[in-house]
Amino acid sequence: MSIAENIRLAFASLTANKMRAALTMLGIIIGIGAVIGIMTLGDSLSGYMTSTMQDMGTNNVTLSLKQRQEDDKRTGSGGDMAQMRQQMMAQMMGAGEESPYTEKDLISAAMLSDIREKYADDVDYISVSDSVGSGSATDGKKYANLSLLGVSADYSGANGIDMKDGRFIGERDVDGSRKVAVVSEKLAAKMFGAASPLGKQVFLSTDTHSGTYTVIGVYWYKRDMMDASAMSGGSDNNLSTNVYIPLSTAGRITGNDGSQSVTIVTKAGSDSAAFAKEVESYTNDVFYARNKDYQVSAFSMDSMLDTMTQMMDTLQIAISAIAAISLLVGGIGVMNIMLVSITERTREIGTRKALGATNGEIRTQFITEAVIICLVGGIIGIIFGTVLGAFGASLLGFPASASLFAILLASGFSTAIGLFFGYYPANKAAKMDPIDALRYE
Amino acid sequence: MQNIIRLKGIAKSYFVGHPNEFRALNGIDIDIKKGEFVSIIGESGSGKSTLMNIIGALDKPTEGQYFLDGLDVGQERDQELSRVRNKKIGFVFQTFNLIPRMNALRNVELPMTYAKLPYQKRTERAKELLRLVGMGDRMTHQPNELSGGQKQRVAIARAVANDPAIILADEPTGALDTNTGHLVMDIFHRLHEDEGKTIVLITHSNELAEETQRIIALRDGEIVSERAGSGKGGRAA
Repeated sequence: MSIAENIRLAFASLTANKMRAALTMLGIIIGIGAVIGIMTLGDSLSGYMTSTMQDMGTNNVTLSLKQRQEDDKRTGSGGDMAQMRQQMMAQMMGAGEESPYTEKDLISAAMLSDIREKYADDVDYISVSDSVGSGSATDGKKYANLSLLGVSADYSGANGIDMKDGRFIGERDVDGSRKVAVVSEKLAAKMFGAASPLGKQVFLSTDTHSGTYTVIGVYWYKRDMMDASAMSGGSDNNLSTNVYIPLSTAGRITGNDGSQSVTIVTKAGSDSAAFAKEVESYTNDVFYARNKDYQVSAFSMDSMLDTMTQMMDTLQIAISAIAAISLLVGGIGVMNIMLVSITERTREIGTRKALGATNGEIRTQFITEAVIICLVGGIIGIIFGTVLGAFGASLLGFPASASLFAILLASGFSTAIGLFFGYYPANKAAKMDPIDALRYE
Repeated sequence: MQNIIRLKGIAKSYFVGHPNEFRALNGIDIDIKKGEFVSIIGESGSGKSTLMNIIGALDKPTEGQYFLDGLDVGQERDQELSRVRNKKIGFVFQTFNLIPRMNALRNVELPMTYAKLPYQKRTERAKELLRLVGMGDRMTHQPNELSGGQKQRVAIARAVANDPAIILADEPTGALDTNTGHLVMDIFHRLHEDEGKTIVLITHSNELAEETQRIIALRDGEIVSERAGSGKGGRAA
């Protein structure tokens, strides 16, 4: 009996018991659907994160101030995941939070020039920023939320800022502590409407500072995963965007002569992860050895990306494993229904054997039936899961990308389930004694 | 004339070596010639079902030899017995045993499917056979859309699909009313007389047995009598 014949037969027996077939498939549909849904969502999320982080520049190494912990005092800084997460969290929260550091703890310009000198082969340029705080731009009834950030001229290149209009903060703006600002196109639209904001005055206020600045440039706002409002899907109206002012101008407001965090852009071709480790231990040994409260830590975008990808993969595997349990349950359902079906069709099996079917042919017939149930269920599950995953991704605001690997895996897996859970019942059918089977009532 | 079935000292025991060992058949010797129409009669428990299973290659004897069309069936493995059943034996059951959810045509095709005949050939032959048993107008009917007599006619068409050496009919009219039973018997007579088929009929009815050429009576696993019936000789006999 040919494979095509077996497949035709399997479909015939499935359509004969539609309700039963549908319910049996449901187990597989839910199992495969859940795995595919999670994989699709996970792939969309990590794809989005990777592209976002690559936008930020994989050559970037962030050097930031970090409170010493008991562990660190004993073992020094390690590169473990917990620490990495902590650093990331610190980055996400922004540097504007109140923390009990003092002037002497900050990363100073002197340290930076030393680093630049020592690692001249690796360092392309160093971008420094200083957060003034969050507040708003106001003009009569018009307002826009913002975070005020003092930056060095290198900041734009290091952070992949994409200008729409005008120019970014330059060396001369920093040297002259000019009261100029670079705003997002979102803020510009709210404050100035369709008119060009270049050269216009804007009134900015934060908790600690207020002043009028001249707009010299507009950049394209990018939804940023570091941005809490983007993650929670906040509306555009309350969106808070960064407003950049010269570092020195910010320094006058905050009184800071140093920075909590600097971005070092490594030269193309240098190993940023290795450089991060080196610069961290160098800076700690040379400048922070006697500082009891603070030290610095450095991490590269590259290693952060790796860590994030690893975290996502682990999470995805963990959730998929749970979803796979429902597949197992589905498989047991298939086995159960095959056993029922074989008992019901005992006489048919006996007749087939009397007509000349070999044990192998009977086995193949029932295995094919189990595989068809699982494969059809699997295909429906893949469609269902992909749609669900894509829907979930779009709900969270990520571009959806179907996971081809997961689809292939799921198809293979559902076939395997059919083979595995179909074998025992099919074998039972194959080994039936034709005399007993023919006599079965 | 060549013996198509040759049973020599066939015995069948169940639960061998157990205290409840039971001997269903004891020293059966039967020779059936090609083209003969033979009936085996006996009451229930006489061993006729066991004998039918052995002749039908569904079971192996504990002792003795069984030659079917020159092949020593008693020595064959399961795989080979399947082939023997497929090519050499056509079963007709009391309960028809058509496969549900397969129409008459597909049911008749089934033995040819297991014989790996190409689709075109087996469909053609199945149609021809259904016309032969008078079912030409109901080829696409499902078994549950057919009457008992119609089902049995389809089953007979299926039994002769691979042109077997023997047709083995187990109480073929047992589930039918008298008239329909006669119609079915007529088909057997036609297959015997016109097509020269060898037919072994297993029945408990003396009346049916009388229609055949030779009557073998069983009791307690042994042959108690063997006599000629009133059946006409077939073309090949």
